[in-house]
Parts: sequence; structure tokens; C-alpha cells
Amino acid sequence: MLLCIFQIDLLKTQTNNPSSMKRLLPGMILALASLLAVYSCASSDMPEQNVQPTLSPITEIDQPDPDPRVGLAGGLFDYEEAIWNLNLLSATPPPEEFLGSWGTDLAFKDNYIIQGNYNGFIVWDMSNPENPEVVVDFLCPASQSDVSVYENLLFVSGEGLGGRLDCGTEGVRETVSSERLRGIRIFDISDIENPEYISNVQTCRGSHTHSVLKDPKDDENVYVYISGSAPVRPNEELPGCSSAFPDEDPNSALFRIEVIKVPLANPEEAAIANSPRIFEGLTAPPTHGPAPEELAAIERAREEGRFVATYEGSPRVVNNRLIQVFLERIVEARGGEGEPTQADSTTLRENLDTYYGQFLEERLAARGRGEDVGPNQCHDITLYPEVGLAGGACEGYGLLLDITDPVNPTRIDAVADSNFSYWHSATFNNDGTTVLFTDEWGGGTQPKCRETDPYEWGANAIFSISDDGNMEFQSYFKLPAPQTSAENCVAHNGSMIPIPDRDIMVQSWYQGGINLFDFTDPKNPVEIAFHDRGPINPERVETGGSWSIYWYNGYLVNSEIARGLDIFELTPSEFLTQNEIDAANTVVLEYKNAQGQPKYEWPTTYALARAYTDQLERNRELNMRTIQMVRNGLNEAENSNGSGKSRVLNEVSASLSNSASSSSNSDKVMKLARIIRDLSSAS
Amino acid sequence: MFFTITNRFFLALFSIAALFIFLLSGCSTTQQTSEQTSQDQTSQARAIETQRQNHAEMEEIYWDRIEQSRMNFNQADVDFMTGMIGHHSQALIMSRMAPENGASRSVQVLASRIINAQADEIAFMQRWLRDRGQPVPIVHIDGINMTIEMEQPDAAGDHSNHDMDSDMNHEQNHDMDHDSDMMHDHSDMPGMLTQQQLENLAAARGKEFNRLFLTYMIEHHKGAVIMVEELFAADGAASDTASFELASGINAEQVTEIERMKLMLENID
Repeated sequence: MLLCIFQIDLLKTQTNNPSSMKRLLPGMILALASLLAVYSCASSDMPEQNVQPTLSPITEIDQPDPDPRVGLAGGLFDYEEAIWNLNLLSATPPPEEFLGSWGTDLAFKDNYIIQGNYNGFIVWDMSNPENPEVVVDFLCPASQSDVSVYENLLFVSGEGLGGRLDCGTEGVRETVSSERLRGIRIFDISDIENPEYISNVQTCRGSHTHSVLKDPKDDENVYVYISGSAPVRPNEELPGCSSAFPDEDPNSALFRIEVIKVPLANPEEAAIANSPRIFEGLTAPPTHGPAPEELAAIERAREEGRFVATYEGSPRVVNNRLIQVFLERIVEARGGEGEPTQADSTTLRENLDTYYGQFLEERLAARGRGEDVGPNQCHDITLYPEVGLAGGACEGYGLLLDITDPVNPTRIDAVADSNFSYWHSATFNNDGTTVLFTDEWGGGTQPKCRETDPYEWGANAIFSISDDGNMEFQSYFKLPAPQTSAENCVAHNGSMIPIPDRDIMVQSWYQGGINLFDFTDPKNPVEIAFHDRGPINPERVETGGSWSIYWYNGYLVNSEIARGLDIFELTPSEFLTQNEIDAANTVVLEYKNAQGQPKYEWPTTYALARAYTDQLERNRELNMRTIQMVRNGLNEAENSNGSGKSRVLNEVSASLSNSASSSSNSDKVMKLARIIRDLSSAS
Repeated sequence: MFFTITNRFFLALFSIAALFIFLLSGCSTTQQTSEQTSQDQTSQARAIETQRQNHAEMEEIYWDRIEQSRMNFNQADVDFMTGMIGHHSQALIMSRMAPENGASRSVQVLASRIINAQADEIAFMQRWLRDRGQPVPIVHIDGINMTIEMEQPDAAGDHSNHDMDSDMNHEQNHDMDHDSDMMHDHSDMPGMLTQQQLENLAAARGKEFNRLFLTYMIEHHKGAVIMVEELFAADGAASDTASFELASGINAEQVTEIERMKLMLENID
């Protein structure tokens, strides 16, 4: 028993310390061995009466202090780095032809990584993650060259003025040119090592990013939503392009997104199918659901007896001038005259939401000029077809869209946030009950993570989604380690990691590096792992760092703008057990796109059962005696076969079901009991 | 089940080994080149040396290309950057009044965001010009008065050492060791306030300041958007990646802020 305690303390020290670097694999294996030894130690026949939980709730675990990300020496390929709770398997520079040209977003298909680049795209074979190999370096300049795949098709975004239809590197100098490509390029990747450029779709604003949507009800087409943030191209270059306001020209390219329909049998016939104006009529208040200080302001206003209306789910203090107008209307409506009475005031208080809502609608109708129709484009639209939702990050708004009809997306809700400069991208949790928006303040080329930059600016904002589709603000989360003014840094792209029952995301912060955080409790996000390098040029800010990082089949793949491609794997820590990692690694994707969110589903495995058991311990949701019983039972079952195995599993399952009522999370205990029962039939 | 070791002796050995490895790794530096301790020190040293050479070669190619890519600009880009520095500087003058003139909390938040964003962008545009051997406007702000000195490019063309760090007061504390011209007049740019309007704003307090600030800043932002449109309408302009990114960013962010300010204006008491 003493030994066991020593072992645990050792692990604690190890995971608390940001292990200073690299090549720690042998150490990790030992740690892993030790961890397993803890289990076997615990599972031996020792007295059990005093077993204490060894996993702590994640909010109670110390973070590294001092933060090792502060003060790292810089350099492009010769730098200092800090890593915590991750293992860097490889860091591979780009092929020579792509050196000095920005690496951008990633897509995945089978064992391949497709990495966009301002010079074209690169295909890496990641069969050996410790040594990924370049199999294609396709020269075809365009910005940003964000990439997506669907079956045998690869889509690449082009927005900049220098992109050419013929993939030439010489750019386009003329304002109006028939050589220019701004829109989507389509490649056939049936043979991924020999991509073939088969078609393109030109759009008025070009494609900054795009999202690929496969409608579960439509097997013949795939849809691409185009987002563009650059100015509209001239009508002479692409007929029909207009930057007039929609009330002057209903075909204006402003205030809309483009939906491209791609027939899978004839992808060269891809064309714009619809240009829905999903922004029209937006009058959402310029605040998120109340942040603590705003809530306090509203509370003060209430105490002072001021009028507080609720509009689109969020409280707003109505200004006194408007209250006078409303009161006059009430006086007029009852045929009275003169000063409003106390009764009028009471009437207003009782019906304030109605009066206020009416006023906003009148104002909207009176506005007329299209300038006021809300945001005019989206930066990113994240599609989550399994839950029928999309998250649009559209200028000053975060939108929730219904995409059950892919050609006709409609808006369900919109939020704005006084701390958000520019809504950039959206990520849902796996259940679709929480959505996280990022604010790409400064566009990604500015240093916005300095000590002097506020925590709420250039951060993530996390919202819960109610059953009726309303988004409610919960918290901000920003990279906690201050960066230098030589490092461009702001919230950027990332993805969910399939840790069952936990909302864990990995995210890019440009030269702020990458980090993992847990936002299962959307009010209290907690950082649980990170990697960061010093600036590429310590003298001055040069654009570099992590453009995007995504989980794909057990690995975290990072597109480094200047330095190439990094591949990480998760390592166990107090924040994340080996069992949880093993359970995540049972999820297998055939492909993955940056703006398409897959729904993770976990096969019934011992790893899943053990991960849930660990979580019950961590969250103090089940007594340790039962937890030990489950662990011992799972070990025993895994080492037996046939009827012996089934007997053990059924016994554990039944016993666990009986304990459910004593648990503070009986649903989860019952879920675990079912999984354990099903393990006997799983291979 | 490779690691099912129940023997206590082995467990103890494992613990000690793990501790030892841990201590070792704790002592190693964060140098990227740190390799696993190996008995064959010479071959390791050789490998490190080879890697360092490869890295040095790649770095050279990288920075050469970054340098080359900076030459893909034209006069329209230069005019845009030069003009926008003055344009942004006026936004700083306006925004810095907010705390002293009794602006509301939301206007103060907006103003400090504008200061943060546009001061960084000014530094970015100054670097952009200096990198390309162009005259660089150096802005001096004194209350509501602004003077702009033009820092002339180095004859030697060595501009790599003249970094403007992007702290908040870069426009004031630059060491002027170059010939300079004076340039005062930016009033022909769209959205620029007249000196009289600036004085009115400086004299306004409280709600009146909020109203005037938002009204003027909306016009000011619209002017910046027009300048971006003019840039994109010029042949060959914004082919430079940094220019395209900056101009698109200004376009997107200021359009967003215009919308926000209109709503704020409507909600003033």
C-alpha cells in the first residue's frame, strides 16, 4: 500500500510539472507503466476500507506556475518550446517550394493530411506520424487555400486578387481580368497522390473559407457554403456582381452567403444554387447574454427603479427618452392627456417587453436603407448536420442556423457581444448543447495576447443552446499565457477531441501555440494541456504560428504557418486518464473537414467503461468501493473468456445498477452498467 | 496486459527509474535540438550539427523569400498605407478623449478597443512601408493636434534594424535619426474630421460626447471603408499579401464596428 501511495505522488509531481521537452517517450512509457501498476496494485488483494479517490476534479488541480510559455527564446527552426501533457511526435518543415509561403487550414482523408498553403496545397501521408511524408506539393497560388474533402473531391478556397484559373504563379495585375480565380477550385482526388484540377466556381467576393455539407437525405449532391470577407469584384469581371445595397439591387453580393451545389456524378457542373440572405432583419442588441458586469449594471438599474425589458432572451435597460415615448402612447391610448399617471407607469411595466419589441420592429421597418440589414457576410460557418445545426460567425454576430434543408438555411438565433470584435468561427460540443465562438480580433496578424490585452478580447465566447434554440452566454476563454508583442496571437481554429462525456477542445492561437481546454462546464473552462514555441522572429511580429489544429484518429495535427506540420499525441495526466485517451482513440473517422463537425460515437469497449469509471471517481459521483469493484471486474473479465467473462461482466453490471441510486449521477452509472453488460457480447 | 507487474520489487525499481527519468527530463533545457541521452555522443553531436545546418539553410531561404515577397506592391498600396496611418491617428486622437470627457462605459470600451486595434495597425503599416524602402509617416499627437513627419528610407536600404515595436506609444517615441519632411494635411481623405469638429468633440461632455463621438466615428470608419474600396479598384493593388490581408481586415472590422456604433447611437438616453 505504501508503494502505491508513493507511486501516485510520483505521478502527481510528474504531471504537474510541464515536462520541459521532447523525446520524453521512454519517460512516458514508464509513467504509463506506473499508472497501470497503480491499477494492478489497487486490484490486488489488499484491504479496501480506506481507499481514497486519487483523481481530483479538474478545477482543483494546480496549473503550472510559473507558466513555462512565458519568455521562450525565438527563432524560425531553432527555438525554445514548452509542452505540457502532450507528446510531440514530429515537427516537419514544409517542402522547399512552400517555404516562406503561409500554411493554412487542414483536411483529412484516410491516412492523408491535406494542408492548404498560399502557394497551393500539400498532401502528407501520416501513416507514420513520427515521420509524415510529403506525397503531393501542388503549386497553385490562392489565398487562403482553405481545403475540404468529400469522397473523391477536394475543394480549395480562393479569395486574393492574385489567384489564377491556370494556377500560374505570376498573379493578376489588372483590376478586371478573365484570368482571375476568386471562388472555389475543385480537384479530383480519386488518386490522391495525383490530384486533377477539374473545375471551379467563381463567386462575387471570392471564398475566404467554405464549408462542405452532405445532406443525409441527398446522395447525389454535396453542398458547399461559401464565405467571403473581401470586397466585391467588379461587374465587368464577373457579370452580376454588385456591391449596391440590397434595397437598390436585389442581386447585391452583400448580406448573403452562396450555396454551391456539386453533383457527385458530374462535379464539373458545380454551380451556385442559392444565395440566402440569412442576416436580414437582425436587430439583436450589441451585447451577449449578460456578462457579470453587465448583469450587475442591469441589477443596479432595476434597483434604481428603471425599466428593464427582455428582448430576444436578454435583458436590456430601456433608456428614459424611450420610456417617455411609451408613456405618451399609453396616455394617448386611454384618451387622456397631460402627464402620465402612476397607473400608466404600471401598465408600461407590465407590458414593457411588448412595447419595446414593437418599437424595435418599427425602427427596423423605418430604416429602409440596406446599410442596416445587419452583417454582410460570414467568416466561417460550421456545419453539424447530425444535429441539423450550423454556427455562423458573421461579422458582429454569432448565428445559429437550421440546415435541415441544405439549400435554404434559416436563422434560429443570433447573439452579439460587446467584447467581440469579429466573429470568426464556431465549434459545437458533441451533444450540440454548447457552442463556442472565436473572435479573430486583429485578423490573425496582430499580437493580441500581450499582458495589456484584455482577457475578453480576441478570446472564445461560450454559449449554451437551450431546447428552443436560444443561445445564452456562459463565459470567455482565452490563452492564459501572455505572449510578446512579436507574436501574432488571437483565438483561431480547433476541434473537439472525442473524450466521452467531456467537452474538450484543442485550439490554435497562432504564435501563442496550441492548447487543450475542458468546457464541459461552460461557465468554467479549464486549460489542460499546451504547446508553445518562441516567436519566429523575436525582433518584430512576422505572421506565423498555428493556423489550425484538429484531432484526427488519435493524433492532433497542427498546421504551422511558417514551420510546416506538427503531429502530437495526448499523454495521460491528472486532467485526462489513459483510459479516457484510449476511449477517444476508438473513434475512427474516414475524413474530416475544418468546418464540418462529425458527431463522435464510441464503440462499446473496455476503454470506454474504464473512462466512465475514472470520471465517476474524478467527479466524486460514486463511492470508491464500487469503483474498485468495477475496475477489478473489468480486469478479470478482460483476462477471461467465454462464459467466465460473461459471468463477471453481468455480475459487475448488476451490482453497479444496484449502486446507481446511491450515486449523484445515476444516469451515468446506469449507462456504465449497460456498457459493461454489452461488453460480454462485444468482441 | 504487458504491464501487469505485481511484484513489489519490480514496482519499486520502476518507481525509481521513472523518478530518475523524470528528474533528467526536468533538468534538460527546452532547446529543440535536445536529443535523447545516448552513449554515442559523437554521432549525436554530428546529427545535431547536420540538423542545425539544415535549419540554417531553410531559415535563409525562408527569410529571403519573405524579403522578396515584399517587393510585390505598387504605388496604390503605398498611398493606402501612408494615408491610412494619418486616418487611424485621428481615430486615436478621438478615442483618447473618451475617459476624460465622461464617456459612458460602453463608449469607453469601444474607444479603448479602437486605440488598441488601430495603434497596432499603425505600427504594422509603418513596418510595411519601412520594409519596402518607402517614406514612413511618423505621427506626433499633441492633444487634438497631429503632425506627421516623413521618415525617409535609408540610403543603404538596410531597414531590418528599424523595427517599430508595437507598444502603445510607438508614434511618439521613435528615435528620429533620418531626414524628415513635415506633412500636415490629411483632411482630403474620406471621413476625416475637420479641426473644428475635433474641437467640438473635445469640448463635449457626457452624453453629448457619446453622441458626437459615435456620429463622427461612424463617418470616420466609413471613410476607411471607402479607402479600402479605392485600393481594390486600382490595377495591381493589394497583390501584396500583407496589403490584401490588412485592407480586407480593416474593411471587415470597421463595417462591423459601424453597425455596432449605430446601435449604440440609437440607445443613447
